Amino acid sequence: MSSANTAHSVVEPSATTKRVAGAIVIIYALVTMIPLGWIFLTSFKSPPDSISYPPKIVFTPTLEGYCNLFTTRTRQTPEYIESLGPPTSTCDEITRSRNMVIAGPSNYWPRFQNSMIIAFGSTFLAVFLGTLAAYGFSRFRVPLADDLLFFILSTRMMPPIAVAIPIYLMFRGLGLSDTALGMILLYTAVNVSLAVWLLKGFMDEIPREYEEAAMIDGYTRLQAFRKVVLPQATTGIAATAIFCLIFAWNEYAFAVLLTSGTAQTAPPFIPTIIGEGGMDWPAVAAGTTIFLVPILVFTILLRKQLLRGITFGAVRK
Amino acid sequence: MDQVTLVTDTNSSFVDKAADAAVRATPTTVANRVRGMSDRSIAWAFITPTIALLLAINIFPLLWAIYLSFTNFRANRPNAAIDNVGLRNYERVLNDADIWQAMQTTAHFVFWTIVLQTVIGFTLAYLIDRKFRGHAFWTTVILIPMMLSPAVVGNFWRFLYQPQIGLFNYIVSFFTGIPPSSFEMLGSVSLAPWAIILVDTWMWTPYVMLICLAGLRSIPDYIYEAAEVDRASGWRQFWSITIPMALPFIMLAVLFRGIENFKMFDMVMLLTGGGPGSTTEVASITLKREAFESWLTGRSSAFAILLFVAVFGLANIYVKALNKVKQR
Repeated sequence: MSSANTAHSVVEPSATTKRVAGAIVIIYALVTMIPLGWIFLTSFKSPPDSISYPPKIVFTPTLEGYCNLFTTRTRQTPEYIESLGPPTSTCDEITRSRNMVIAGPSNYWPRFQNSMIIAFGSTFLAVFLGTLAAYGFSRFRVPLADDLLFFILSTRMMPPIAVAIPIYLMFRGLGLSDTALGMILLYTAVNVSLAVWLLKGFMDEIPREYEEAAMIDGYTRLQAFRKVVLPQATTGIAATAIFCLIFAWNEYAFAVLLTSGTAQTAPPFIPTIIGEGGMDWPAVAAGTTIFLVPILVFTILLRKQLLRGITFGAVRK
Repeated sequence: MDQVTLVTDTNSSFVDKAADAAVRATPTTVANRVRGMSDRSIAWAFITPTIALLLAINIFPLLWAIYLSFTNFRANRPNAAIDNVGLRNYERVLNDADIWQAMQTTAHFVFWTIVLQTVIGFTLAYLIDRKFRGHAFWTTVILIPMMLSPAVVGNFWRFLYQPQIGLFNYIVSFFTGIPPSSFEMLGSVSLAPWAIILVDTWMWTPYVMLICLAGLRSIPDYIYEAAEVDRASGWRQFWSITIPMALPFIMLAVLFRGIENFKMFDMVMLLTGGGPGSTTEVASITLKREAFESWLTGRSSAFAILLFVAVFGLANIYVKALNKVKQR
């Protein structure tokens, strides 16, 4: 747009309009951040501070929530605690001040590890399979391609609980219930539909002349795929991977129904964190904070590709 | 300048394009000359693993669920004899008052979340499209809630909604003077449905906003310039240009939110678990209760199939309408 018509341009809003619009949007953004800010603040409160009335905004920060998140504790007599040597860590000290001693690690870290293994494993598989299939659909005449692609998409419309029953039975029969492998396969199957759709969109945008030129130069098609198409599709593959990762990281319905112990991920675990006499909200907040941080980072990395991902590639920018 | 395109044509939509691409792509002489695997075998080698995985983990269980829906099988009694009961499960589901209640609850939830999210989301998109300073940064901030885990965040909203100590009640009482312990968002029959609608709206308005923003940015400036030459008022421009041209995008956002909220499970499960009583028991929660608490596997499979058919059918009708709007 030329600077000459900016002053009267109909598409350039007036300064007042901009200021008012900006103010409303910023207020909305800040209000929606309150719950997240509150999670963060609560994770540094002591349990009594977290349930005080009126809610405390100013308080003495403590790591008690994080200590409680990672440990299990038992109540002891003051005499017994006196008899112990000096505290070995900050958490030890905090725990003792509550007349308790650390009994051992909690299940949070194993659950968090499960989340990582399952999320990264299924993302890798879904993107790997999705990249191959997307290339196949993008470049070759595949019989029944229409039906196959629509079938792939429609699998996403199923309510997870609807397929959870037979999957539960199938996993039980195959010995996959409550295993990381089972969850990886399941999340891969769910994610691969998204991956194929998104990646096919990205690959359709790579001019096929590039590969044809490479093949005239003596590359086989596989070499052309590896050395010409894949490097061109890197951005698309990375964006797709992050979307798959976010889905697998956040998933709850399958996880709560199909895992109970060894393969349980963090989302079904976090709501079950309880302390003495009710919810230990600082520990829950600490677990939630740690769990949300990776996603915040990814959201910022993804912001340019977000639109495409959330609409299955239906809106491209 | 941002170039935005909307690619949904129809259900076979995405797909016709694929076919076209494939036709154009089908390599002729070049491919035939090269060494190595033939294109045909590469195509199959690339596509088969994905299809096999989907068959094993999506389609096989679905077929199994269809089979189970005609039986009296109970997953907690795997050794009991399985009888074919014909359509009796479907009959029972369709005549079950609880299930119709759950469908009404779901409809209420889907309707109000879509209305609120569309109105707020479009308004936000419109304001952001005024391109004030820093709009890109604030857009990213607004997007954060929708990326988070509905279960984990829903769980924390339970804390915000606590009657005495919760921040939500405190803020409401701060602005209205209503004592914070006089109302329970999650414990009261009249408020609980709105408590889940509020959290869903908090979480997913950014989604609708983002799609609407793409819609607004897809409208070329010259149309507004022409309208200005014709002396159309701002109001007139909004209703005759902005809304009609952004409509396919708004409809697309409604479609995606509709499908997602129709099968809503995690957030509601963590917030209310369907309670108090069954006031917030949406379809997925009823389904979970029937399948994994009452262990009526056959009957819950019938319900699951009916739900799937409903989503699928409604989505298809809707996509047809969307295409009509787009072609106008």
